[in-house]
Amino acid sequence: MTVYYTKEHEWLRVEGDVAVVGITAHAAEELGELVFVEAKDEGTEVAQGDSAAVVESVKAASDIYAPVSGTVVGFNAALSDDPSLVNRDPEAEGWILKLRVADAGQLAGLLDADAYAAQIA
Amino acid sequence: MSDSLQRTPLYDLHLSLGGRMVPFAGYEMPVQYRAGVMAEHQHTRDAAGLFDVSHMGQAHLRARSGRVEDAALALERLVPADILSLKTGRQRYTQLTDGKGGILDDLMVSRLGDTLILVVNAACKDADLAHIAAALGEDCIVEPLPDRALIAVQGPQAGAVLARLAPSSADMRFMDVAEFEVAGVPCVASRSGYTGEDGFELGMAADGAVRVAEALLAEPEVAPAGLGARDSLRLEAGLCLYGSDIDRETTPVEGALEWSIQKSRRTGGARVGGFPGADIILEQIEGGVSRRRVGIAVEGRAPVRGGARLFADDAGTKPVGHVTSGAFGPTFGGPVAMGYVETAFAATGTPLFAELRGRYLPATVAALPFVAPGFKR
Repeated sequence: MTVYYTKEHEWLRVEGDVAVVGITAHAAEELGELVFVEAKDEGTEVAQGDSAAVVESVKAASDIYAPVSGTVVGFNAALSDDPSLVNRDPEAEGWILKLRVADAGQLAGLLDADAYAAQIA
Repeated sequence: MSDSLQRTPLYDLHLSLGGRMVPFAGYEMPVQYRAGVMAEHQHTRDAAGLFDVSHMGQAHLRARSGRVEDAALALERLVPADILSLKTGRQRYTQLTDGKGGILDDLMVSRLGDTLILVVNAACKDADLAHIAAALGEDCIVEPLPDRALIAVQGPQAGAVLARLAPSSADMRFMDVAEFEVAGVPCVASRSGYTGEDGFELGMAADGAVRVAEALLAEPEVAPAGLGARDSLRLEAGLCLYGSDIDRETTPVEGALEWSIQKSRRTGGARVGGFPGADIILEQIEGGVSRRRVGIAVEGRAPVRGGARLFADDAGTKPVGHVTSGAFGPTFGGPVAMGYVETAFAATGTPLFAELRGRYLPATVAALPFVAPGFKR
């Protein structure tokens, strides 16, 4: 299991060919309390950089871009009733969606924890 | 942040309270503090929130004759409200209109002795005051007050808090105006605001603003609230944001603001018309309009934002209007919005569909406000 990060403040925890995707604690802090989260329907194919989910704070909507190409295979249903779970536990219980990774080679282009930490420092 | 942005007298206090500063109408303003938008919103509904609104434009309007009635009659040449009947110690909401009946800005007008006190929107203040001076300069003196701060304290506990610091404030009713000291600082207070709650807006000299704010914040009921909470509070209260819900392309009647046009200025009134666009606006009061501003409640939890299109059908084939502002309403507990719809679709309860990310969400025309007001009548 490896955790990757993106410049767009997402994290991916890769287990086999499935990546669990969420937003980082830094992103959750910047957005403020979320009031709504939704992902593309299961089965939707998304290319790297496409919008795969939307998170909304009181003030604004923000896209969550697919960090790698793949197929949406899951959404964290707990967020439907309690979107602020993302704020309370962004990098574990507040995960957003699962992607079946189409091209594992794209993972090499993402950041590791140290590189991400350096970016937001 | 850009050097050209202005700061209010409370800038350092905002930083010390953890304010997250953003550019707004030419000022660096706190969008939220440490508690966050949702908590600041709900605290204002439950107790009292303190808002820095010093960026707004304040001005005095006085007649060269010295007679306040002359200043009132002059201002009536620019706004559709009855200003002449405004008693000293009272405040009224109105709009500056243009020749097409569009709204140049909305504003609060207070009368205190021989002076009319104007409070206008920050983004419009230079244009407003230039407009007023150009139109009324022969008869009136317009005195901008750039060195005055404005602090709002809003919420069901605001009255109890201010009564402790300024006992005479307890005698004020909604839309009253009075002068008293808070923490030794002379203030001009109105019992009004932009949240739908009871509360006050306190104007004072810039060098006294921190003392007043700190005295209010020292009271246990009061917590600071930023622009984010101010926006969701006013939206739940059904109050217009100039530039979003009303602008030069909308008239006061389309904007459902004709309640602010008193009988004396309407057809058959003692001082009918006489303001820019009066022919259009008065005809709209009598004959109706083709579109109206309404509240819109959207099913589900997804907020529908300004710009979203509204349809009569769930396939998006019959457009009937658009959303002008929308957000999640923390007290309402769901998405709230305002927008314009064709008059045939403006009745409360009319089903609509709001376009969001390619889908058409069921929505309903809702009575405004979304949250019952707490004014002290």
